Amino acid sequence: MPKIRVKRTMSACLLAALAGAAGPARADVTVAMTYLRQEVKAPPVLSNLDPVPEDLGIAGAELGLSDTETTGSFLGHHYGLKVVSVAPGGDLTAAARAALAASPVLFVDAPAESVLAVADLPEAKGALIVNVGSGERRLRDADCRGNLLHTIPEDAMRAEALMQVLRARRWTRTVMIVGPRPEDAAFAATLRAAAAKFGVDILAEKAWTFDTDLRRMASKEVPLFTQDLPEHDVLLVADEADDFARYVANNTWLARPIAGSDGLRGDGWAPVLEQWGAVQLQNRFESAAKREMRPRDYAAWTALRTVGEAVTRINTADPEKLRAFILSDGFALDGFKGRPLSYRRWNGQLRQPMPVVNARALVELTPLDGYLHPQNEMDTLGLDRPESACTAFGD
Amino acid sequence: MRRLHSFLIALPIGALPLAATAGEIWVTNEKDATISVIDTATLEVVRTIATGERPRGITFNSDHSRVYICASDSDAVEVMDPASGEILHELPSGEDPEQFVLAPDDKHLWIANEDDAVTTVVDVDAREVVAQINVGIEPEGMAVSADGKLVVTTSETTNMAHWIDTATMKIVANTLVDSRPRHAEFTSDGKELWVSSEIGGTVTVFDVATRSEKAKIRFALTGVRDDLIQPVGFEFTPDGTTAFIALGPANHVAVVDMKTFEVETYILVGRRVWHLAFSPDHSQLFTTNGISGDVTVVDVASREALKSIKVGRFPWGAATRP
Repeated sequence: MPKIRVKRTMSACLLAALAGAAGPARADVTVAMTYLRQEVKAPPVLSNLDPVPEDLGIAGAELGLSDTETTGSFLGHHYGLKVVSVAPGGDLTAAARAALAASPVLFVDAPAESVLAVADLPEAKGALIVNVGSGERRLRDADCRGNLLHTIPEDAMRAEALMQVLRARRWTRTVMIVGPRPEDAAFAATLRAAAAKFGVDILAEKAWTFDTDLRRMASKEVPLFTQDLPEHDVLLVADEADDFARYVANNTWLARPIAGSDGLRGDGWAPVLEQWGAVQLQNRFESAAKREMRPRDYAAWTALRTVGEAVTRINTADPEKLRAFILSDGFALDGFKGRPLSYRRWNGQLRQPMPVVNARALVELTPLDGYLHPQNEMDTLGLDRPESACTAFGD
Repeated sequence: MRRLHSFLIALPIGALPLAATAGEIWVTNEKDATISVIDTATLEVVRTIATGERPRGITFNSDHSRVYICASDSDAVEVMDPASGEILHELPSGEDPEQFVLAPDDKHLWIANEDDAVTTVVDVDAREVVAQINVGIEPEGMAVSADGKLVVTTSETTNMAHWIDTATMKIVANTLVDSRPRHAEFTSDGKELWVSSEIGGTVTVFDVATRSEKAKIRFALTGVRDDLIQPVGFEFTPDGTTAFIALGPANHVAVVDMKTFEVETYILVGRRVWHLAFSPDHSQLFTTNGISGDVTVVDVASREALKSIKVGRFPWGAATRP
């Protein structure tokens, strides 16, 4: 038996009082949704400073629910969100089957192969599934699915946002340190492709092989490790588990900034965002979750808000109608990043500005001025229509 | 005498057409915690006044003897003597006040509390909260009808205009608008309510009697992507013929015919234009440009930008003092 932990978020009865007032075309609509998470055992990392929050993603979904319920309370729209978290090694597809039987709207935080297994279930036909956890390109490419949208940015969007900034700064001579884990190798490949796309050179690479305790040794070991790298403007680090990168900065042979998985980095969201009303969202999140909002929380929040916005505008809980509206020109989501968010009609990826940040501030919001595109500048980031092998959207 | 003097000095420099009569534009600088006071005759900043943290909404009472300032991060509305620049007292405002309107009888201040999803009604004489009304998430735009009977709050995340009866202080209707509504105004005849939607990129015009949508104004600017056209603050000319609408990061103000709802022209101003205020004689329009940190002066008749005036960091609100 898989261990399944269930938590139910009640629709906010408190808000019912608000619904007493007359609204436009009131029609009672009830939307049942499930947030399904495959727990993944986090690898051990050197530092104890930044543990992965247990409610990562879930807290974003719950805030998205509460933001959406407020609108619903004025319109007679009722939302319910069931959160199901499957322990490592547990049976995700069984949990997905049960979820789909109860609700045709499903948010999935799981590795790519599990997302595909869920989307391919017979019960998932006609359902609306949103991937909030996997940035793997293949889900937006040949392995895309017509019933599957993505609010988490494709990994390439993170890497390309960074490369746009490096190119605009003319910091085009880079070198790269690649971590030992498969996800480090994958992100390094994504960084290489992004660098090639935007004309940034990666002049040399080194594999990270240390197994010492760098909290003690970084100041001795890292200068030697980086001494034989060729002259460069920026040192890229591919360390997706957040393991060693923090000990590279300020310990390098040459005084150079770090970018990639640490230092200057592209991502879907960051606690340093405050413009475009973002501070309101950060405040709401922090007061509810008692921690800062992370990219996966934002992906889950936008997923909830996407469904809520569609239900608000077209007054239905029918997943196929919602999907059609979400992919239409009429859909515009306020994502607190300065531009309306929408979905790519060729692979279901949420089209969004990508912040490039350091630990203290927003450095740039990409796409930057000057990166032009025939339809929408945001499509300079990630798989564009001509490159995507996705055909499931019939577009 | 001082104003007359400055007026005379202004003339020789004067590529400027017909300087407006004396008056002041008060601009709140969100990230400087100050107000910049611009003389409408000389078009210079003549005073800088300290306020509470993150000043945004600003409004005068009808005889201009008091100015009210939303000091958002101080969680207070400050009441200032405009002559001395002295803060006389604070009003209880609820958390994070962003915008407000003063009822035509000068008695009640209606405040949008952005972080709290409520509209707070404050009796400015008794300095007491009279009512708090639950509205949608991130309330911002506030409008009051000329007869004082209706107040509208718009909520940015809920995407609605909430219509409040000022007699009962209860919501009587909620109407959906496009994404991220920012600003609302009743026309002076009370027949229309205009609401701007920043992310939706539209201005919705409601018929007040039926509370139904009467028109939707859209914008198009050569060389500017649609998603950067983000209408925020706007002002009507007193004759009710023309609306000036700030388009945020599109860095333009749209001039709209209020009968046909057609855009007549666009005026290039500073970066991220937020709010607007007319000079007392309505011959000039002043725009707060958040990112460029300046105010653009527009000649209303010719619809041309005349001058940029450097103010503090992130200028936001603007109000006129004759």
